Amino acid sequence: MPARAGERPNERPDERPVGRPDARADEKMTALLEVRNLTCGYGKKEIVHEASFSVARREFCCVIGANGSGKTTALKGILGLLPLVSGQVLVNTAAGVSVDTAQMKVRERARHFAYIPQLHIPPFPFKVADVVLLGRTPHLPSNAAGASAHDKRVAYQSMELLSIENLAEQEYTELSGGQQQLVLIARALAQEPDILIMDEPTASLDFGNQQLVLTRLHALSRSGMAVLMVTHDPDHALFCADTVVVMEDGKVIDQGSPSETIDSDKLRRIYRTEVYVADVEVGAGRMQRTCIPLRWNEKD
Amino acid sequence: MRYNPYMALIVNKDKPTASGPDAAPPPAAAPPDAAPATASAPATASAPATTQPAAPPPASDRALEVYSTRHLLRRIILLAVALLAVALVSLMLGRYTAWPHQILQTVIEHFGPTGAITDPKLDTALFNIRFPRVVVVVLVGMALSVAGASYQGMFKNPLVSPDLLGASAGASFGACLALLADLGNEFIQLFAFIGGLLAVLCVLAVNRAVRSDALLGLILGGILVGTLFSSGTSIIKLVADADDKLPAITFWLMGSFASITLRDMVLTAPLMLIGFVLLLSQRWNLNVLSFGEEEAKSLGVNTRRTRFIVIIAATLLTACSVAIAGIIGWIGLVVPHLTRAIVGPNYRLLLPTTMLVGAAFLLVVDNFARLLFAVEIPIGLLTSILGVPFFAFIYRRNMKGW
Repeated sequence: MPARAGERPNERPDERPVGRPDARADEKMTALLEVRNLTCGYGKKEIVHEASFSVARREFCCVIGANGSGKTTALKGILGLLPLVSGQVLVNTAAGVSVDTAQMKVRERARHFAYIPQLHIPPFPFKVADVVLLGRTPHLPSNAAGASAHDKRVAYQSMELLSIENLAEQEYTELSGGQQQLVLIARALAQEPDILIMDEPTASLDFGNQQLVLTRLHALSRSGMAVLMVTHDPDHALFCADTVVVMEDGKVIDQGSPSETIDSDKLRRIYRTEVYVADVEVGAGRMQRTCIPLRWNEKD
Repeated sequence: MRYNPYMALIVNKDKPTASGPDAAPPPAAAPPDAAPATASAPATASAPATTQPAAPPPASDRALEVYSTRHLLRRIILLAVALLAVALVSLMLGRYTAWPHQILQTVIEHFGPTGAITDPKLDTALFNIRFPRVVVVVLVGMALSVAGASYQGMFKNPLVSPDLLGASAGASFGACLALLADLGNEFIQLFAFIGGLLAVLCVLAVNRAVRSDALLGLILGGILVGTLFSSGTSIIKLVADADDKLPAITFWLMGSFASITLRDMVLTAPLMLIGFVLLLSQRWNLNVLSFGEEEAKSLGVNTRRTRFIVIIAATLLTACSVAIAGIIGWIGLVVPHLTRAIVGPNYRLLLPTTMLVGAAFLLVVDNFARLLFAVEIPIGLLTSILGVPFFAFIYRRNMKGW
């Protein structure tokens, strides 16, 4: 499902893809990541049933759904962290070849997929620069040899892209949550992936840091990656997604552009709560859709 | 370079103040009047989107500067020199004090073509007693601290020591069994070594059987198997002859380098070298593993293989150490932390440095053990007595990192 970024009423003008729109349209023809009938779970318990969707290059795709709807499990299946019961995860490489990730070794997979986990604190106070350099792991000729000058330059550039190069010498554990998340994003960039996969990367961030991280991620998706993000906040999907995949009870129940998929009825259904979805004018002629949670007794 | 498109597209660089050339972005091609926060004009792929007019060093140089470890390398060289100095002092000290020129003279004569030795007593003391002892102390100090540091990374826990998976408990049991059966010294060592390996193999089997989270299964297995083997040791103590064998067992368990011979050194050194090489080859992977299983996998590390190599190598080192010197606690826990305070937590430097620090630390403690009193103090006791307050001190200083 190609994104209709330009047609969305809530699209901010400066959010429009910059650069080469023609090239972008071409690449949209084939999906970079294709998930076909993905079924997986923990042990014998199947959690995700027959989920299918695809993400194109330069597309930002959000997966929304209630707790326990199988969003995270689906991500783990795609990343190869869980064995698949059935189905396929395909990567369409630049040469036009479609590769089943089941055939890939963990190292090769890491050159296609980068994963940004929820924020957590590592046990040791690593330097920010060292954390980012770990993103070069799948590109090293041998892990025993360590990083080359090229690897260090790529790592430094990914810090520059996120404007965190001034944090390079600081201890990762001393940073604020938003900065730590940016460091993990820089590490994912140093991996030079085709597909960026995130599991609620803004989960423990405050309001401003959520916006900061999502804005950066949105810009990155425009630079040539496919981005797949699980989020528990439909407002995040409205903020930065080109396409939305809606999951309920382990199944994909809807997918399409945010304006098609996120409405009051859909959110009431998947979150089992009262919510009102409104298009609000946030500036001269600039509309943005937003989700407003309602108290039970304030039903309209 | 693949990164240029990204560079061009991220226009919204919120850098309010660039403090000096250190924090400045790569060379600016855009005019300085383009405000960074509102730069919404589409940047073309050829022009970098940075706007700072300052003249910083080229980005690539800055990148290498950030990753430079020259100031740490200086510290490591100092530590290596310190280790050599401590080793020399250890060779000098003893019931028969030898000055450096005497040592040098004896060494030259020992390996010289004439075979004439002016001081045969010193020759014996040096080559049969002190030299093997110093080398073995160095090896054991290196082994325990490098194994401890590796486990701390692998288990993502700074409070882990190399006996976590029962290697020490198993080795103790094996040694006690040999002592009970009145076997010779070489059998005590062999039994201890096999006991240590066996215990860790049992842990791996338990881990396979419980099929839970990989690390949890290992830790659980370590507790179970360790308890089992400790109980075995207690049973042996119970049935051992209280006049004769029980003291021998108790003394052995407290650890000692007193009876090290040249043969011990020759037997253990190659095994330990294998362990060192294996662990040092996993330095990068240990950095990655300390971020957790899923992240390590998504960064392309074969976590099962890495864990297996680390466990095998650490067990080899621990079992060798216990077999040759008995139980020497606290080195594997304290030394890695002390080293982190010197060179930081990056395993690339931490592992080799922790070996230097561990060797020097244990040599100093061993000198106290053999020289402080007329009777040698078991070194395991001294490392605990010194290790506990030392650990409390480092913990207070380093706590922010944990």
